[in-house]
Amino acid sequence: MSFLELQGLSKRFDDFTAVSGCSLSVAKGEFVCLLGPSGCGKTTTLQMVAGFVPPTEGRILLDGQDITSVKPDKRGLGIVFQSYALFPHMTVADNVAFGLEMRGVAATERRRRVGETLELVHLESLTDRYPRELSGGQRQRVAMARALVIQPPVLLLDEPMGALDAKLREEMQIELRALQHRVGITTIMVTHDQAEAMTLADRVVLMNQGRIEQVGRPFDMYEQPNGRFSSTFLGKANVFAGQAIGGMVEVNGHRLPCADRTAAGVVDYIVRPEKVEITREPALVRGRISARVFLGNHWLFQVDTPLGTMQITHANTGLPQAGEGDEVGLCWSGEHARVVPAGAGATA
Amino acid sequence: MNEQRNLLPYWLTAPGMLVTLAFVALPLVLIFSLSLYPFVSGGGVGEQMTVANYADIFRDDYFHAIFARTFGMAILVTFLCIVIGVPEAYVLTRLSQRWRAVSVVIVLGPLLISVVIRTLGWAILLGNEGVINNLLLATGLVSEPVKIMFTFTGVVIAMVHVLVPFMVLAVWTSLQKLDPATEQAAQSLGAGLPTVLRRIVFPQVIPGVLSGGLIVFALAASAFATPAIIGGRRLKVVPTTIYDEFLGNLNWPLGAALAVVLVLIVLAVSMGVNRLVERRWKQVFV
Repeated sequence: MSFLELQGLSKRFDDFTAVSGCSLSVAKGEFVCLLGPSGCGKTTTLQMVAGFVPPTEGRILLDGQDITSVKPDKRGLGIVFQSYALFPHMTVADNVAFGLEMRGVAATERRRRVGETLELVHLESLTDRYPRELSGGQRQRVAMARALVIQPPVLLLDEPMGALDAKLREEMQIELRALQHRVGITTIMVTHDQAEAMTLADRVVLMNQGRIEQVGRPFDMYEQPNGRFSSTFLGKANVFAGQAIGGMVEVNGHRLPCADRTAAGVVDYIVRPEKVEITREPALVRGRISARVFLGNHWLFQVDTPLGTMQITHANTGLPQAGEGDEVGLCWSGEHARVVPAGAGATA
Repeated sequence: MNEQRNLLPYWLTAPGMLVTLAFVALPLVLIFSLSLYPFVSGGGVGEQMTVANYADIFRDDYFHAIFARTFGMAILVTFLCIVIGVPEAYVLTRLSQRWRAVSVVIVLGPLLISVVIRTLGWAILLGNEGVINNLLLATGLVSEPVKIMFTFTGVVIAMVHVLVPFMVLAVWTSLQKLDPATEQAAQSLGAGLPTVLRRIVFPQVIPGVLSGGLIVFALAASAFATPAIIGGRRLKVVPTTIYDEFLGNLNWPLGAALAVVLVLIVLAVSMGVNRLVERRWKQVFV
């Protein structure tokens, strides 16, 4: 049962199309991330849902009601902006109370709900501060409280972590996830950070050049990218163009294993860096390690092979035997390779 | 090395300081000292220092009326400039690039024309035989000319016209620092446009309204040409009175005393309002 539904949503400006034919249905309580590079149309899509940008085509349904032409102040959605957009001339409590005031909630009731919501985001001690007296993380929580206090049917988050430094961002991601589970609110978040999308989302909507590229749970999407763009935007991938012939894919004269027996014709052959083994034994391809980089929890190898330069990552379980300049063999299982028709995905 | 760096700002500001001292501070001091000497009929200045000129100003109802008129006018003009200038600045920021360029020229237009020409233009419009009255009579809205020329109303209209640009520019600067997302946030929380403007936009541009207001107030209180031409000889304000004392009655000391009182009142009002507004809205003054 879909709660929020986008039907063929498009937005064209004078000379370019920001979003084209975007359809999506979001279930009640679901956390959906719109993920994509900058300029992919994810923010425009969110702005259309929020009501700030009128769509050129398509409809938006909320709980069965068509809200396409409803003004933003009548939609009642909770929105957290990238800049947080806190009202600088109001205290934290007044910021949070604003939405309730607009709804004509009585002062005592208002105070109670503001208190409750600030407690939810652990800010109960800062009610009388002004936004500029707060840290980035605290501002973000105020913005969250301000959006949640009106108990909106849907929460829209526009790059809410964009302005935070890396460490704080991770903390806030986990907190946001817990908060979303506790409140159980249907949430749509826009982000360009694939790690953030995977951390938070029940489902990821990958967008590119105004179109939806792929929709799926993070694990499924990572394991089964539907094309070159999906595989390289969500995580790292080695992608080769090849020819599929009866359970094998031929790339540059090398025959690579493939579990999918139905694949045929010109294909993209995708294998994730962590699925590749480095071995001294006979292997699928041989190559020379051109770089070995230590990244804390894992090692990154760059190996020059006849297929092209491949990236390989291994969990850090000690200093690896293979070093820069070594000739090594590479192998992987056909199960771990993904074969898609060349040019698959909406915009590849 | 350290000492040099500490002195550098003083050296750099020295030329400006000297010019200010020579052409602003010194004349003010001279005017002030002039105001402390008695008037000798026939246009001379006496020897004995006295505060008689100030006593005259504080005691005489004639001067009270002139000061009341001057500051009443300045306050009204400032208020009208806020009422007109703030929405005007807001609309300007919302225009497309091209229309904004055109509109800015229109807004700044009054400042590009000589004060005498502009004021005489208003005289042509506002007179009993003027364009506005002819129009009103022709359409039958009024049966006899409405008196605007040589009235308080006429002076206020002409002053607002020339001072609004200062308000628009000051508020515009403030508006450019405003995060447009705050308006969207307020909308998403259920606020309609009037509420957004009153509760979200206006409080955030208070610094601009204040600086614009102070400029407009000071210029309105000390304006000479417009009150002189539109107001005429009988609707006197402090600057025209000063002019008359200096050049009509040749009573330089009294004119100087009036000037000193005018400067002090403008200063006191400006600083008082400034402090009051900054305290009340301290969160938007970053």
